[in-house]
Amino acid sequence: MPIKSYLAHPQEGKKEDLIKALSELKECEVMPATNEDVLVVVTDTLDDASEDILKEKIEKIDSLKLLAMVSGFNSPQN
Amino acid sequence: MYNSLSSRRSFIKKMAKLSAMTAAATMFPGILFASEQEAGIPDSANLDWKKGPCRFCGVGCGILVGVDQGKAVAVKGDPNCSVNKGLLCVKGYHQIMCTQAKDRLTHALVKKNGRYVQTPINEALDIVANKMKETIEKHGKDSVAMYTSGQSTIPEGYVASKLMKGAIGTNNLDCNARLCMASAVAGFLTTFGADEPMGCYEDIDHADYFITWGNNMAEMHPVLFSRMLEQKNRRGAKIIDFATRTTRSSTASNKSILFEPQTDLAVANAICYEIINNGWVNKSFVENHVNFSKGLTNMGYGVEDKYNFKDKPTKIDFEAYKKFLEDYTPEKVAKYSKVSVKDIKYLAAIYGDPNKKVVSYWCMGMNQHTRGTWMNNLVYNIHLLTGKISQPGNGPFSLTGQPSACGTAREVGTFTHKLPKGVVTNEKHRRLAAKIWKVPYERIPAKPTYHATEMFRAVDRGDIKFIWTQVTNPLVSLPKTSRYRPGMEKDSCFVVVSDVFPTPTSDVADVILPASWHIEKSGLYGNSERRTQHWDKMVEGPGETTPDAWMTIEIAKRMGYGDLFPYSEENHVEEIYNEYRQFHEGAKHGMAPLEVLKKESGAIWPYVDGKSTQWRFNAKYDPACSNDKDFHFYGKPDGKAVIWQRPYEPAAESPDTEYPFWLNTGRVIEHWHTGSMTRRIPVLHKAMPEAYVEFHPDDAKKLGVRNGEKIKVSSRRGSCVLPASINERGLPTRGQVFVPFFDENMLINDVTLDAFCPISKEPDYKKCAVKVEKA
Ligand code: SF4
Repeated sequence: MPIKSYLAHPQEGKKEDLIKALSELKECEVMPATNEDVLVVVTDTLDDASEDILKEKIEKIDSLKLLAMVSGFNSPQN
Repeated sequence: MYNSLSSRRSFIKKMAKLSAMTAAATMFPGILFASEQEAGIPDSANLDWKKGPCRFCGVGCGILVGVDQGKAVAVKGDPNCSVNKGLLCVKGYHQIMCTQAKDRLTHALVKKNGRYVQTPINEALDIVANKMKETIEKHGKDSVAMYTSGQSTIPEGYVASKLMKGAIGTNNLDCNARLCMASAVAGFLTTFGADEPMGCYEDIDHADYFITWGNNMAEMHPVLFSRMLEQKNRRGAKIIDFATRTTRSSTASNKSILFEPQTDLAVANAICYEIINNGWVNKSFVENHVNFSKGLTNMGYGVEDKYNFKDKPTKIDFEAYKKFLEDYTPEKVAKYSKVSVKDIKYLAAIYGDPNKKVVSYWCMGMNQHTRGTWMNNLVYNIHLLTGKISQPGNGPFSLTGQPSACGTAREVGTFTHKLPKGVVTNEKHRRLAAKIWKVPYERIPAKPTYHATEMFRAVDRGDIKFIWTQVTNPLVSLPKTSRYRPGMEKDSCFVVVSDVFPTPTSDVADVILPASWHIEKSGLYGNSERRTQHWDKMVEGPGETTPDAWMTIEIAKRMGYGDLFPYSEENHVEEIYNEYRQFHEGAKHGMAPLEVLKKESGAIWPYVDGKSTQWRFNAKYDPACSNDKDFHFYGKPDGKAVIWQRPYEPAAESPDTEYPFWLNTGRVIEHWHTGSMTRRIPVLHKAMPEAYVEFHPDDAKKLGVRNGEKIKVSSRRGSCVLPASINERGLPTRGQVFVPFFDENMLINDVTLDAFCPISKEPDYKKCAVKVEKA
C-alpha cells in the first residue's frame, strides 16, 4: 500500500492545466502552492505495480515539466 | 479534520504531504498552500467559521476556525484579514490539534507529600490566594511576584497588572516579552519617546528594498516573508539578508551578507559614516526633525546579581557625531566585522539613494543582544539621517515574536517599570492608573523592582517567596536555566504555574492551574503592526480549565480586592477591555471600540474618528501630528527624534582557547518557542522531532563530526548533548554553532549566558562561548 509524495513543476504558464490533469487521476491528491509554480502531489495506490503505472501516466502529462519524489511510505491498509 | 488522524493511513498521507511541503519550503522559502486549509474537512460538516488571530507568532494572521457541534475541526486563513489575505504557515494550519493532546492539564493539581493530587479548581484557587496573602503578611508585598507573557491576552495582562500594582502595590510583575522585545521598546523610547513601529505591513507593497538585520523571516515570520517574495517576483523588489548564519531567508534573498557576531553595531555606524561622507543626508529632514545625543559607554553586561545601570544622555551636535563616526570607516570596520568594504558601501548606497524606498526588518538578532537598545538606535539613525521613515515603503520595522508582545506586554505594560499608560516612575502616569483603577495613588510604587532575569535570581536567592507564572515556560526559555531551575526547586519559594500542558516549569510547581487554550476563551491580541484583534470563545475547554484572566480575578477576590475586580464571568473580556481603553484615549494611542474589533479582522491604533492610522508621525496620515510640519515625533517634548551616538563594544563572552565556538540559539519554523504546543501536534513533531547542533561543514570536518553523531555542547554554565546537523536546515559561519531551543529534552539554555542589555535588560541568546566534543 504505497503512499508517496512528489513535487510537480509545471511547464511555464501551465500550472492550471497540470492541476486539472492530475486531479483527474483518482489515486492522486493535488495541493497547488498558492504563491509559487509548484504542486504537491500525494499518491495512494494498492501496490508497487499500480504505483509504477500511475507514475508513468503522470510523467506523460504535457503540462508537467518535472516530477520529483519527496517521500515514500508503505502502510498496511486499515 | 483531526479525528481522521486516528487512522494510521490518513496520518501517513498527511506526513507525506507535509514532507513535500517542507521540501518545497526549502526550495521556495515563504511558499504557501492555501488549499491545504480545506483539505480533510468532512463533506458532511456543517461548519460555523469563527474569526480570530492565530495563536502563535507576532505576524498576527487572521484565522477562521471551523466549528462543528461544539468541536473545532478545521482552520483556514481569513481572506478578509489584510495581514495574511487568507494565507497561513504550517503552524497556523495545524494549531488546534494541540488541544487534543492526551496529557492536557484539565484539572488543578496540588503537590502534597511530593505527589500531585487532583484538586477542585476552587480549592486550588483558595490555596493560591491564601499562600499569596500569607507570604505578603509575613515577608512584605515585594516577596510575591507574577511572571506573565507576550502570549497573554490583553485582558489577562491588564488584570495581572491591576492586581500586582494597583491592588497589592508591588511592581513585581514582569513577563517573557522581556526576553524578546525589551530592546525594541527601549530603542523606540530612547529614539522617539513612543513605543512600537511607525509603519505597517502595507509597507511591503511599496518598498524597493527590504533589509533584514539578523532576522530569519522565512522561518519566523513566514507569511510576511511570503508577501515580500511576492513583491520580489512581481515588482523586482530586492531582499538583502544581513546575518550571522545562512538560513532559508538568505537563500531566498537577492543577496546574503554575513557578519561576525556583535559587529552589527560597527557596520550600522559605518553605513551612517558613508551616508554622511557621500552627502546622502536628507538635510532638511535632519534639521527639522532630529536631535543628536550620546549616552554612557562601557556599561557592563549585567551578569552579576542586583546589577544596576541608568543611562545619562547628553546632547551633542552633528559635527561631534560626524567626528565620532570617523572610527567607523568601511575600511576600519571591514577588518573585524568580516563584512567587505564593498558590501558595507553597497548597503549604505541603498539607504542613501533618495529614489529607493527601504524597509529594515529585525527581530531577535538585534533585540537579544547585550547592546540591543543601541542596535535599535543605530538602525533608526540610518533611517533618520536619510529621512526614510513613516512613509509607505520607507521605515524601520521591529517585528515581534509573540502574538501579543505588542498588545499585552508593551501596551498594557506587564513589565516591572510599566503601567497601562506610561511608567511607574512618572507621577502623572501613576495618578492616571490610580484614578482608573480606583485605588489610592500612593499604593502604586514609583520604583521598578525585578526585570525577568533578576526576578529569577531573586527566587534563587530566596528574596522572592511566591511566584505565579502564566502562559510561559521560563525553565526552558530563560538563559542559564542551569541556575534558575535549581532556584525554582528550592523550598524557599512557593511556585504556581498556570498552563495548558505540563512543562519543565510546571514540574517544579506547588500548584498547577489548568488554563483554557486560545479558542476556549474570548480575548484580544495586538500584533507587530499595532493591530488589535479580538476573538470570541469558540469551543468549551475540557474539565475545569479556566481562562487566565478569570483565575487572576478569582485570586484577587479571595485576597479581599473584589471591589476592584467587579467583572462578570461571562463578560469579563469586554468589561476589562472597555476599562483599559480609557488609558489610551486620544489621538496618539486611541484603541478601536470592541464593536469594531468584533466585526473586522483587527484595527490599527491610533484609531481616530473611525479610522486606523497606518503611518504614525507623518502629518499626511497621523491626526496626532500638531506641529504644522510634515513630520512630528510627538513622543518627545520638542517633537524631534534622536540620533544616538552609540559605539561598538564587544560581546559579554567571546570564544577563547578553552571555549572556542560562538553559540547562537533560535527557533525553527515547525515549532512555537519552547514547543509545549507544537510538539503535541503530531505532524509538526514528526517533521522536527528533536533539537540539533548545527555546524559549518569545515568545522565538522576538522573535528571529524558526522551528521547525527551525538555532540556535547558545554559552556562555563552547563552542557547539553544533541545530534550534529551538517548542511541541513541552516549554515552557521565557521567558528559558530547553532542550536534551536524548542526541545525540553535538550535544554540548550542550561548552556547560555544570562548577560543582558543594561538599558533594556533583555538577555543575549545569540552569543556566548562554548566547546563542542563527541559525547
Ligand atoms: S505566520 Fe505566524 S501568525 Fe501567521 S499562521 Fe504562521 S505562526 Fe500564525
